[in-house]
Amino acid sequence: MDLGQFLFYAAAAATLIASLGVVLTRHVVYSALLLVLALSLTGLIYLLLLADFLALVQILIYGGTVSVLLVFALMLTRPQERPVLTHRGWPLAALGAVVLFAILLYQSLATPWLTSVSDARAAIGATPGVAATATPLGRSPGGVPVARLGEPFRAGPSDIGTALFSTWAVPFEIASLVLLVALMGALVVARAAGEPAAEPRPPAP
Amino acid sequence: MVPLEHILIFSAAMFCIGLYGVMARRNAVLVLMSIELMLNAVAINLVAFAGRLDPQRFAGIIFAIFVITVAAAELGLGLAIVLRVYRMRTTVDVDEIDLMRW
Repeated sequence: MDLGQFLFYAAAAATLIASLGVVLTRHVVYSALLLVLALSLTGLIYLLLLADFLALVQILIYGGTVSVLLVFALMLTRPQERPVLTHRGWPLAALGAVVLFAILLYQSLATPWLTSVSDARAAIGATPGVAATATPLGRSPGGVPVARLGEPFRAGPSDIGTALFSTWAVPFEIASLVLLVALMGALVVARAAGEPAAEPRPPAP
Repeated sequence: MVPLEHILIFSAAMFCIGLYGVMARRNAVLVLMSIELMLNAVAINLVAFAGRLDPQRFAGIIFAIFVITVAAAELGLGLAIVLRVYRMRTTVDVDEIDLMRW
């Protein structure tokens, strides 16, 4: 087992332990901090899965802003006394989660996954002499340097930027609209209680 | 290289832990945190498949970027709603916010 594999297993185990801490602990602030730990370790796992830019995005967004937002929300909604944090029917929820995990575990092990690009190309019947820019799922965006088939290719920020503005331009714009709507919605919904929400009435004649 | 099945089992475990948190926790903010766990498990799945099967076009990585974007937007809006509810009812216990129950 080389360093990459060992790091993945260590990070995965730590992430699962932190996730269990998020859903099981009785202190809500511990939940928020353990969530930040779990999601930052997920960023490490993205690095090990050869997604450098995504690891950066993950740590910036989840380690930077989501953690602050969650701690603010927890502090602003502090209950007066120590509350009960779990429903009475939590064994049923645990049973449901375990059943779903059993189904996913079985399917992960029983499905014959295509584990490499050459497997995928052989599955669809492509000949081995096709150019390196043609993959079974389409051509790469123009100008992006492509690796030989079978080589791990780390997509850098410039590659992802080119793809976001050429192939994925429409989803990118829609995501911008989603962020704008969420921002405006959060401002409107969380407005202070004393501010007037209606238009001022015109002065009486 | 880590076998693909191990990555899928890890993300399935994280998803199911998040699912338990959504179903069993009573604080609305903790429910939103568990939703974040589920969304990140899905993103790990997408990135794992992108690395194995689609390295040149990395569609899974782009998809995961959009998942993170929408998750952050939904978390912000959800927390605004939770704050508004807290202002009205002084509680964020999902069992006590039952205005729409028949």
